[in-house]
Amino acid sequence: MSLDAEVGLSLDGFELDASIAVADGETVAVLGPNGAGKTTLLRALAGLLPLGAGRVAIDGEVVDDPSAGVFVPPERRSVGVVFQQYLLFPHLSVLENVAFGLRSRHVSRAEARRRASEWLERVGVGDRADVKPDVLSGGQQQRVALARALVTEPHVVLLDEPLAALDVGTRTELRRDLRAHLGSYPGARVIVTHELLDAVALADRLVVLERGRVAQQGPVAEVAARPRSRYVADLVGVNLLRGHAAGHAVTLESGATIVTAEEQAGEVYVAIDPRSVSLHRSAPEGSPRNVWSGRISGTDLLGDRVRVHVDGPVPLVAEVTRGAVAAVGLQDGVDVWTAVKATELVIYPA
Amino acid sequence: MTSRTRRGVPLVAALLASVAVLFFALPLFGLLQRAPWSDAWDDLTSPVALDAMRLSLECSLWATALSLLFGVPLAYTLARGRFPGRSLVRAIVVLPMVLPPVVGGVALLYAFSVNNGVVGGWLHDVFGLQFTFSKAGAVLAETFVAMPFLVITVEAGLRSMDRRYEDAAASLGANRWTVFRRVTLPLIAPSLYAGAALAWARALGEFGATITFAGNIQGRTQTMPLAVYLLLESHQGTAIMLSLVLLFVSIVVLVLLRDRWFGAARES
Repeated sequence: MSLDAEVGLSLDGFELDASIAVADGETVAVLGPNGAGKTTLLRALAGLLPLGAGRVAIDGEVVDDPSAGVFVPPERRSVGVVFQQYLLFPHLSVLENVAFGLRSRHVSRAEARRRASEWLERVGVGDRADVKPDVLSGGQQQRVALARALVTEPHVVLLDEPLAALDVGTRTELRRDLRAHLGSYPGARVIVTHELLDAVALADRLVVLERGRVAQQGPVAEVAARPRSRYVADLVGVNLLRGHAAGHAVTLESGATIVTAEEQAGEVYVAIDPRSVSLHRSAPEGSPRNVWSGRISGTDLLGDRVRVHVDGPVPLVAEVTRGAVAAVGLQDGVDVWTAVKATELVIYPA
Repeated sequence: MTSRTRRGVPLVAALLASVAVLFFALPLFGLLQRAPWSDAWDDLTSPVALDAMRLSLECSLWATALSLLFGVPLAYTLARGRFPGRSLVRAIVVLPMVLPPVVGGVALLYAFSVNNGVVGGWLHDVFGLQFTFSKAGAVLAETFVAMPFLVITVEAGLRSMDRRYEDAAASLGANRWTVFRRVTLPLIAPSLYAGAALAWARALGEFGATITFAGNIQGRTQTMPLAVYLLLESHQGTAIMLSLVLLFVSIVVLVLLRDRWFGAARES
C-alpha cells in the first residue's frame, strides 16, 4: 500500500478515529457530511496536524507515529495537496505558484520554470502563466492548483473538495479532466468530497466518514447498493430501514413488519428503491405483500419526477411521475397506502 | 449615495464637528501664516537646520531599521508563540506608546547611562558604547518610542492573514524559513510597510525621550524637534521652517498610508 494510515486525534473536542489505505494508482474518495472530519483527516495525512494516536505510512515509510516518537513534517513528506479554495499564493504569478514546490526542493530556477510551464500546458492553462491567480476563473485556479500539487511528483496526492468551488457549467468538464490527470498520475490519490457524483466519477473506492468515524467503505457500486447509514442512503437516494429479521419477516423498531422474499436472521438493513414504492389512496388488494398506511409529509420535484415523503410506521420515499401526483391527488397531509413487492427489497446484515 | 433612512447629520452634531475641524485646522493655518517664505531658503540651509535635518534623517532611519530587525521577530513571537506571560510581554512592549516620552527618557537613563544605568557601564566597558550625549543615544531613544508601532501593526497583520497559505507552502516542501520569506512576509507586506512608516514617523518626531536621555547637542543629538524647541526663542523663522518640513513629512506618510487606513471607509 502506498498510503496506509490509522488516524487518531482530537481537536477542540472533536474526535477523529479513521483508517484509510490506498494503493498506488488507486483513487479513494472520502465522502461525508460537513463536520465529519474529512479535512482534518487530510491535514493529518499531509502532516499539517500531528496525530494523537495511530500511524501514517507513505510507501512503507512511517511518517507519523506518536507511540514511536516519529513525526516527519509536511515539507519532508512526499505528499501533494490540492486545498479547498485552492489557496494559490496571491502574490506570485501562476508560473511561480507551480514552480514553488520545485524551488523549495532546490531545483534550479530555470529547470523549475521549465517543468512548471510543461505542467501548465498539460492542464490546459499554458497561456496564463504570467498572470496573478486572482484574475483566473475558478476552473483555471483548480487546474493551476492541480499542477502545483503534481509537479513535484509526490507519492500521494490529496485533494480537498476540488470541485466544490466551481459552478455547474464548468464542473462537468473539470471533473472529466481531473479524472484524466489523476488517471495518469501513478501514486495513491485521496479525494475529499461531499458529492456522490464526484466520488462515483473519480474514485475506485469510497470511505464514508461520519462524526469522525468510518461509517462504511468499499467499492463505489457496493456502497451505493448497500448503504449502511442514513447519510449514505440519502446520498444514493434509497430508503433505508433497520430491523430484526426472523424467517420471512423483518420487525422494525416501530413494530411494523416487512415481509421478505428470502429468509434472514438477526439485525438487518432493508434498502428500498423509491421507484419500487407505489402509492394508493385506498388500501390496495393485490400481489404486493408489503402494504402500509401513512400520510404524505412533503414532496420534492426532481425533473419530470416527484419524490413523495410518506410518514407512518414504515417511513418511505416514493418516486412517481408528475402525472401520477395530479391524477391520484398526492398533496401534503393526504393519507395514503404504500406498497412494495417483497422481491424488490434488498436485505443485508447490519 | 444617500439612503432614505439616514439623511445627513443632525445640526448639533454638524456644529460641534465644525468646531473640532477648526481646532485641528487653525494651528496649521497659524504655522503657514507666520512662515517667513522670503527667507525660507536661508533658514533651511543654516548650519543648525542642516545639522538637525541630517541628524533626524540618519537617526530615524537607524531607528526604523532596528525596529524592523528586532520588531518583526517580536511581532511573530507574539502572534504565533504560545508561552506564559505573553500578554505581560505585549504590555511591556506597547508601554512606550502611552508612557510620557520624558519618563521614557529618564527610564532609559537608568538603564543605559554609563555611570548609573543597569547595563550602561557594562555596554561601555565591553563594546565601548556610550549613549548619553551621543548619536547612539538619540537612535536608542527613537527606537524605544517607535518600535511598538511596528510591532503592533505587524502582529495584527500576522493574526489576520490566512495561515492556510503557510500550510500550502509547507506541503510543497518549503521549510519554515522559506515559508516565512516567500509566503508570510509577502502576504503581510502591507502591514510591514505601514508599521515601518508609522515607526519612522514616530522616530522623526521624537522629542521628550531624546532630550532627556541623549541631550541637546547640535550635530550629535539635536534632531529637528529639539532644534525647533531651541530655535523658537532665537531664530523663530528657522523653527517655523523646520516645523513645516516635519508637517510636510507627516502629510506624506498619511497619504502613503491612505489606502490602508481610509480604504475601508471609502468603500462603505
